[in-house]
Amino acid sequence: MNHTDSNRWRTIDIVVASVIAVAFGVIFWAWGLVWSATEGAFAFFPPAQTLIYGVWLMPAVLGGLVIRKPGAALYCETVAAIISALLGSQWAGTVIPQGIVQGLGAELAFAAFRYRSFKLPTAVLAGALTGLSAALFDFFVWNATYDLTSYRLPYALLTIVSSTVIAGVGGWLLTRALAGTGVLDRFPAGRERAAV
Amino acid sequence: MSAVELRGFGWRHAGRKRWAVRGVDLRIEAGERVLLLGPSGAGKSTLLAALAGLLPEDSGEQEGTVEIDGLDPRKARERVGIVFQDPEAQLVMARCGDDVAFGLENRGVPPEEIWPRVDEALRRVGFPYHRGRLTAALSGGEQQRLALAGALALRPALLLLDEPTANLDPAGAALVREAVASALDADTTLILVEHRVAEALPLVDRVVVLEPGGGVRADGPPEAVFAAHGDALAAEGVWVPGRTIPPRHATAPPGDLLLTADRLGLPPRLAPTDLPVRAGEALAILGPNGAGKSTLALLLGGLLRPGTGTATATAELAGRDARTPPHRWRAPDLARRIGSVFQDPEHQFVTGTVLDELALGPRRTGRSEAATKATVDGLLERLRLARLAGANPYTLSGGEARRLSVATALATAPRLLICDEPTFGQDRRTWLELVDLFAELRDAGHGVVTVTHDADFVAALADRTVTLERP
Amino acid sequence: MISIEPVAAPGAPLARRNPVAKVAAALVFSFTLVATLDPVAPALAIAIELAVLPLFGIRYRVLARRAWPLLASAGGILVTLVLFAADRSGRVLVEAGPVLVTSGVLLTALGLVLRMLAVALPGVIVFATTDATDLADALIQNTRAPARFAIGALAAFRLVPLLEQEWETISMARRARGVDAGRNPLAKLRLFVSTAFALLVGAIRRGTRLAVAMDARGFDAGTPRTVARRQRFTTGDALLIAGAAALAGAALTTSVLLGTFRPLIG
Ligand SMILES: Nc1ncnc2c1ncn2[C@@H]1O[C@H](COP(=O)(O)OP(=O)(O)OP(=O)(O)O)[C@@H](O)[C@H]1O
Ligand SMILES: Nc1ncnc2c1ncn2[C@@H]1O[C@H](COP(=O)(O)OP(=O)(O)OP(=O)(O)O)[C@@H](O)[C@H]1O
Ligand SMILES: [Mg+2]
Ligand SMILES: [Mg+2]
Repeated sequence: MNHTDSNRWRTIDIVVASVIAVAFGVIFWAWGLVWSATEGAFAFFPPAQTLIYGVWLMPAVLGGLVIRKPGAALYCETVAAIISALLGSQWAGTVIPQGIVQGLGAELAFAAFRYRSFKLPTAVLAGALTGLSAALFDFFVWNATYDLTSYRLPYALLTIVSSTVIAGVGGWLLTRALAGTGVLDRFPAGRERAAV
Repeated sequence: MSAVELRGFGWRHAGRKRWAVRGVDLRIEAGERVLLLGPSGAGKSTLLAALAGLLPEDSGEQEGTVEIDGLDPRKARERVGIVFQDPEAQLVMARCGDDVAFGLENRGVPPEEIWPRVDEALRRVGFPYHRGRLTAALSGGEQQRLALAGALALRPALLLLDEPTANLDPAGAALVREAVASALDADTTLILVEHRVAEALPLVDRVVVLEPGGGVRADGPPEAVFAAHGDALAAEGVWVPGRTIPPRHATAPPGDLLLTADRLGLPPRLAPTDLPVRAGEALAILGPNGAGKSTLALLLGGLLRPGTGTATATAELAGRDARTPPHRWRAPDLARRIGSVFQDPEHQFVTGTVLDELALGPRRTGRSEAATKATVDGLLERLRLARLAGANPYTLSGGEARRLSVATALATAPRLLICDEPTFGQDRRTWLELVDLFAELRDAGHGVVTVTHDADFVAALADRTVTLERP
Repeated sequence: MISIEPVAAPGAPLARRNPVAKVAAALVFSFTLVATLDPVAPALAIAIELAVLPLFGIRYRVLARRAWPLLASAGGILVTLVLFAADRSGRVLVEAGPVLVTSGVLLTALGLVLRMLAVALPGVIVFATTDATDLADALIQNTRAPARFAIGALAAFRLVPLLEQEWETISMARRARGVDAGRNPLAKLRLFVSTAFALLVGAIRRGTRLAVAMDARGFDAGTPRTVARRQRFTTGDALLIAGAAALAGAALTTSVLLGTFRPLIG
């Protein structure tokens, strides 16, 4: 292990990032089922469904906040996508490029702070940017045939809102809750606890 | 062929005020076979982790030095193989063969040598399956053997084993010990942690006893150490061989029926089983690994839905609820009537501190704050956990975690107590205390069911035994 | 029970191909089809996909089980389009208040549903026939993906079935201590969320220990790794990718020749 270069990923960084991705890959897989099931419920205004879109984007923000290394957000989101594909998600292989695009959004936010700040504003920005990248992907790839003003634009905006709240703020809260349990003791995110 | 040298070594885990080990001066020559002893929480597992170079600088504070052949252990990992207390935590790959090969790949062993070495390691530990077998489909004992094979395949000069036979049935434990004995080359240095000294003695030629407060308590050939310090060590909790244990059998005949299992089973984990459970009786459930003992304990405890047959509580245990099966009771009612201790203590923890863990049950069953506090304080004292009250349950040593899990089940004062392997990995002192505790409960009219591989425990406590066969 | 085992009959000619080649072929095939919105090209593509299925050793029943959520999504697409289609040309079929269903809308809907199926199926097929260990090996050996990351992800992937068991264990532990939700749906939701959180905590804890165990066996010690399982990328694998591109191209070309082609952008 090389301790002088703080940007190098330790084994524990790699494995825990992967575990976060795996846990969310399983959640995605289950979430995909919920997503299909709620399609009926949201039929009155389908773009509103994107309000729960943020859950898809959570690993990107959480990964970045916990691991605090360049590439963490991108890695977590991409691996989560690959895992949900391996488990047999309905969107299968296409979630992989989508995951990469979404992860890049959050990665940009952390990079903008030069991987030095991991406070709430950074998390919110990461949530917003990953939402933006997700919205752009869907805007061009999936929603091209829908009406622009009544569907595509509200859909994109709601995706960003959802992502900012659920992935951004939610990811930040989740990181704090995780730190409180002591499992992040070997990460900078979990260092501030009293001795017993 | 590795020598170990510790000078004033100490380690304090991040987040703890107390040192886990401290002031250890020790030299172990190449080829020696050492049994490392000490009461629960003395720092044995921590010391092994240090020797394996697995205490990262960011996870605590070090004092003094450790050296393996003059090197920092973090740089000498190539020479060391370790098998941890918990085998499940150390399997890396999905298939057994790949898992053994994993270490060889990491060390850069030429590809054409890898599979012969994997096969040889598996053969040496008597692994019964093909390489392609999934690691997830192994029983605890088989995982233990696979982990040992993974360490042996690396041909370590220093082999570290942390309670390698905890949780194994007696036959399985004997097999693993044989595997270790036959797998050691003449010049392999061995450091073994094992509470049950008598079984481990044939493997070792030197005993080192850690002092819980710091330092080394005794060191030397087994006979000499036990002759000179036997009584004192036994009092502190070391299983000094040849000491008898006073039996604690019931003095009165068993009382009322509490629970009956009628063809109770869950295929394929447990074949249908008939069993009465009585108040004032200590019942021991025995059987080889994989016989379904833990499954039976969970079914009796109302935690799993039976696949076949029924578990029926009597009015004595459940009052008006006697007509509904235990797995359908409301959780607070269940916790008041039946206390369950899981095989893996960590599976049982639901909160962030030892204190909350103990208080949870009483609170949920509607006890007042004052009563809860009294119960919790009493248990902390009795099971010597008081100084760990604020600690995270997942950072406890193996023995401490076991004591906590028993205490959580006792906290709601259930009429029936079901414990899965309550004594594994326990030092002698805790062991005797647990036997006393169970005996007291039984004599006060509670039902006590224990699943166990521990023959001493059965001899000391059980009034009746039931042996399950593999389904 | 979540299974992480592939479902293909081992030895099927295409299932045995290099995992990286299979994934690349699926991506090439899918993303060629993303480019069009007409119903003809995807319909052709689905026909192709179903035709090659036996070569992958998957039975149709197994595919149906894996792909059923796709059908649910198809329903959603239909509803959404009826309400929000951009293009409402063609003969009016139904007119009720704001709902205006025209032949153009239905054609678009058909195109979209077929497109979604056509794009998703290759991935379903490939991942149903691919073992995670083989995929990680191939990524390392054939694409020069960093070994530390591929192996780390693989080790974490092994935890998937364990997570399911863990869920059961956590629920039992809570019940044993008097924690349950009773009949209150809100309490149920709370219990669900706290169980999911406990699962995540447990998974991270396991990950931390796993990392220690990997380090103990010389992972990331700086020694160059060797590989025990060779993955080869052969001409056959290259042909698989080329074949996928050619077939997807053929489907598009047919659509262009028939005059039904509707590009995604433009
Ligand atoms: N990761 C950790 N974080 C904080 N404290 C720890 C950690 N691991 C162990 N400890 C504490 O260090 C002390 C020594 O623990 P260790 O596991 O080395 O004991 P042990 O001698 O192996 O005991 P046992 O026989 O019960 O397994 C204990 O008090 C334990 O609570
Ligand atoms: N959650 C589970 N799902 C499926 N099978 C299981 C599960 N838990 C245990 N088994 C299997 O059921 C059988 C009985 O398991 P159980 O844990 O009850 O055995 P045991 O008698 O307690 O063994 P041990 O002495 O090793 O603790 C084993 O073959 C085991 O692999
Ligand atoms: Mg220990
Ligand atoms: Mg058991």
